Amino acid sequence: MHIDQAEQARNVAEQLHHFHGGLRLHHNKKISCETPVASTPLPEHFFVPLLQQYGKEAEATVVVGQKILKGDEIGCFAHLGSGCVHAPSSGVVKAVVRRPISHPSGTDGWCIVIEPDGLDQWKELESLTDWPDADPALLRQKIRNSGIVGLGGAVFPTAFKTDEAIKRGIHTLILNGSECEPYISCDEMLMREQPDSIILGARILQQAVGATRTVIVIEEQMGAANHALKQAVKSTGDNDIEIVRVTAIYPEGGEKQLIQVLTGLEVPAGGRPSNLGLLCQNVATASAVAQAVVEGKPLIDRIITITGNGITRPRNLVARIGTPIADLVERCGGYTKDAARLVLGGPMMGYALNSDDNPVIKAANCILALTQLDIQPPQAEMPCIRCGECARVCPAVLLPQQLDWLIRNEQWIDAEDCGLFDCIECGCCDFVCPSHIPLVEWFRFGKSELRSLAVERNQAKTAKHRHEARDARLLRIKQERRQRMKEKKRAFKDDAEKQKKLTEAISRARARQGRNE
Amino acid sequence: MIRNFDTGAAPHFPAQSTVAGVMQQVLYALLPGIIAYTWFFGPAILIQILLAVIFALLFETLMLKARKQPLKQFLGDWSAVVTAVLFALCLPPLAPWWVALVGMLFAIVVAKHLYGGLGQNMFNPAMVGYGVVLISFPQVMALWMPPTSIASHSLAIGDVFSTVFTGKLPLGLTWDMVSEATPLDAIRSSVSSGHMVSEARQSPVFGDFGGLGWEWIANLYALGGFWLLWRRIISWHVPVMMIGSVVALGLIAYLIDPGSNPVPLQHVFSGALVLGAFFIATDPVSGCTSTRGRLIFGVGVGIITLSIRRWGGYPDGVAFAVLLMNMAAPLIDRYTRPRIFGH
Repeated sequence: MHIDQAEQARNVAEQLHHFHGGLRLHHNKKISCETPVASTPLPEHFFVPLLQQYGKEAEATVVVGQKILKGDEIGCFAHLGSGCVHAPSSGVVKAVVRRPISHPSGTDGWCIVIEPDGLDQWKELESLTDWPDADPALLRQKIRNSGIVGLGGAVFPTAFKTDEAIKRGIHTLILNGSECEPYISCDEMLMREQPDSIILGARILQQAVGATRTVIVIEEQMGAANHALKQAVKSTGDNDIEIVRVTAIYPEGGEKQLIQVLTGLEVPAGGRPSNLGLLCQNVATASAVAQAVVEGKPLIDRIITITGNGITRPRNLVARIGTPIADLVERCGGYTKDAARLVLGGPMMGYALNSDDNPVIKAANCILALTQLDIQPPQAEMPCIRCGECARVCPAVLLPQQLDWLIRNEQWIDAEDCGLFDCIECGCCDFVCPSHIPLVEWFRFGKSELRSLAVERNQAKTAKHRHEARDARLLRIKQERRQRMKEKKRAFKDDAEKQKKLTEAISRARARQGRNE
Repeated sequence: MIRNFDTGAAPHFPAQSTVAGVMQQVLYALLPGIIAYTWFFGPAILIQILLAVIFALLFETLMLKARKQPLKQFLGDWSAVVTAVLFALCLPPLAPWWVALVGMLFAIVVAKHLYGGLGQNMFNPAMVGYGVVLISFPQVMALWMPPTSIASHSLAIGDVFSTVFTGKLPLGLTWDMVSEATPLDAIRSSVSSGHMVSEARQSPVFGDFGGLGWEWIANLYALGGFWLLWRRIISWHVPVMMIGSVVALGLIAYLIDPGSNPVPLQHVFSGALVLGAFFIATDPVSGCTSTRGRLIFGVGVGIITLSIRRWGGYPDGVAFAVLLMNMAAPLIDRYTRPRIFGH
């Protein structure tokens, strides 16, 4: 990184910039912001998926029939050192079953079924009330053990990010409160109702990673959240926490786009914000950090927006991880009669669920029930007319139509060269395409094909190495054997000569003896 | 009670635009120009448009059937109609009916479907059709009429029909009496015979900047073009660069040799330049897709058009300029890829 770039990265939000493309979408957030966040009653059963993030499933650390307390660890990852899963309430482990887990692929996964006992009794909580004096490493350890992941939807383990931040050294913490997807209002409601928790989380994170400044980014229209956060900052007396309002352009909430808006810099391809000395966290993640450190509570619930024209009374709820979505919808008065599609996440990047039997997961920021009118029957796909709208709106400055063409023609290497892996799957290209080509679906397919190709290539390489090693070994053994044979022969020959000399000596001696006699 | 739902791919929004919608808007944008055309030159052009549309849809249907493509979906995309209208607007209004037939045969069958149909054509179909008839039937393609206001013999609508369908003028009229050189032709022939442009401009076919009538048609094409820009159907790059390069180079040529070069605005307001800039060179399928590519494409079309007008064998060069740049478009696109975020 250039010196001037490093300097520029320090001036976060001194001046706001633009990112390429993007869309101005109708917010549709009001409908879920009118009532305060409410709690959800305990469901009959919790179904806590062991897979909360991309990658491998956690391993269950409880057995069927075991009594557990609220907050007990029930699943843990051997890898990445994060993302543990905790019991959402006290009760009994009834089963460990495979069932729908709200995964984008729609596949089933292992879930721990917990029957709550109604007491909702916490385990013994270990809080770090003296966190201002605590060792940053201890704070990061606490974050790791509390199962905290990015609550903006990407569910990237927070501990992983903070550890990396420490390694690279960061100066500014960016708290992302700009939920740019339409309909979703969980972060906005959190900022309005629990600003203190966010500010506290910001200060803890700042200490955990050694940042000297925090910038909280919200959207221009979030007046109430702005006010609440300002009050909260004022009451702490800190002047190193700043609130910045940005114009709502989708996908501004994306980490890379947000950083471009705040600094004018691009996170280098394949790199992370920490390359620029920045750490980006969602506001809800900061709040979860505050709860984990100050109260010792692991991440067992989150605020989730239940909204859309398919929901009778849209609102935000505090939902525990593992609660069936049907229970949340019921809490909001159920579906309207024309509900036609159930989406987890926002309308741009969220994925459709095939049933409301799916549980709430850590990534679930929104349950969106849409009506037929909202989605309308899908239009027939037409050939690409190369209108270039997709390229105009692409925040990653890709040429989506070209990528699409390359993927369809299985030109994988070219597709990679054209930046397939730089695609953030925001869906802007899909949104504007007049030919209704499911571009992002093709890009996901292309990425997975390229990944499996890479795996195959690696396997082939390993097989080749193995084969070469085997050949070398066989050759070596053969040579060694030949060598040994040679030595043996020589030895034998030597032996034979010795023997010969011996017999000669003996016969000479005998002859001498004979002469003497 | 568990409830099941149908799933679908994100984004979960109704379609924002359609190919048919894009094509229809292009047609709407052409309307003011067509009305002006009819106003200045009589209803003959409407017959050409009608003929071209009928032949285009006929060939489109046949080819879709032959290629086993869904008829309703592709006939409903309006792309063949756009091709037909753009082609017809390039024809002399009194051209015989088979010109539209041959033009559409090459535009729809050869340039479009033999290359793979909608979105796959390398060349602008309308310009391929026009190029073919222009080269094949030069005499017929030179039968331009003067604006009705200065015409010595005006044709009634019935006469126009019979002329288009029989190829013969009503009794008592000869082609010399009804046809008139276009302004570009006039300049071309007078310059090549050693006259000054200013002398050529004495002819009544000239208006304030370009040809009489033509300049107003060009204005209204531009109006339609602005509307397309505003609707974001086209981007500004190609029209601005194409007209800009013609004006810039035309100005240089005019300053060097005002005798044999018309004022730059003359270039803009005559021939198919404005139509080409907003409606033909902006064809996304056969043009460039990257922003820088579009800038280059526009400049290229402008330069080639001007070169053909000045030195080439045809009075106007928009069609050939577009076709030549179509050929270069894939290469330009390859070398003008934008820098990907973070690279």
